[in-house]
Amino acid sequence: MAMSRDEIFTQVQEVLVDALGVDDDEITSEATLMGDLGAESIDFLDIVFRLEKAFGIKIPREELFPAESLMNNSDYVHNGKLTEKGLQELREKMPHTDLTSFEDDPDINKLGDLFTVNAIVNYVEGKINAA
Amino acid sequence: MRWIWIDKFIDFERGRRAVSLKNVTLAEEHLHDHFPGFPVMPECLMIEAMAQTAGILVGEAKKFQEKVILAKIKKAVFFDYVKPGDTIELEANIESIASEAASTSGKITRSGKLIAEIDLMFSHIDQNLAGKEFPAENFVFGTGQSVFETLLRDILTREKPNTEAQL
Repeated sequence: MAMSRDEIFTQVQEVLVDALGVDDDEITSEATLMGDLGAESIDFLDIVFRLEKAFGIKIPREELFPAESLMNNSDYVHNGKLTEKGLQELREKMPHTDLTSFEDDPDINKLGDLFTVNAIVNYVEGKINAA
Repeated sequence: MRWIWIDKFIDFERGRRAVSLKNVTLAEEHLHDHFPGFPVMPECLMIEAMAQTAGILVGEAKKFQEKVILAKIKKAVFFDYVKPGDTIELEANIESIASEAASTSGKITRSGKLIAEIDLMFSHIDQNLAGKEFPAENFVFGTGQSVFETLLRDILTREKPNTEAQL
């Protein structure tokens, strides 16, 4: 199934409008799911289910939103910040996300900011092209 | 004593679909206040009835091993009043189910007429809320499951030869 980036974005936008009850003009590429769009943890699962249906793909939850598992591992978190090992793990698990600004101050409270609309579009694009 | 708000299941397909019935009666005290002289079933209680129908469907899909709690009301749209004397039919379908959660879609009808559309999301709480601990015993689906047998009595009689159906 070949889809352009714009088509994927429109489809992702539709999913987020339904899952989060926000207006479509709030869903810009840079919008963060938790900060800007008010997503909570159960919404992430809702989004995963809806994306699976919308794009006909299978999404292991930790693949799209891996931060939760990192936060509970003391190897990866120290004093509220991700350790070098944690960052390494995050880079591996989120190859679709630009982590450069987060790496300067890897505060775990800012992990939520990494989940942007753009990151979802990147992920879906990678997934569809791989299929 | 668990609060059960549906009367029985009339159809149950493991992991897929369940249909239950709820009879509405003026003996339900809240109807006298909701509203005086105009008794109608509160919409929140229609959501509860759907949550029980869909929640038991989701719980049974994992053999009642998970603690299934209502996590999100994705959609609840109502098209008509439900009044004393009505029997409503609640149909729930599992849309997606994973190790951590499930999402369901549902319709409430009365004699074939659409009353409500209610889509829900359930969480398997032991698989979620990272690191938080819950009591080991299953407080959602307790050890005595006789209440589920009561709800499923028609289905169990129908499927008697099939030992799988014994919950």
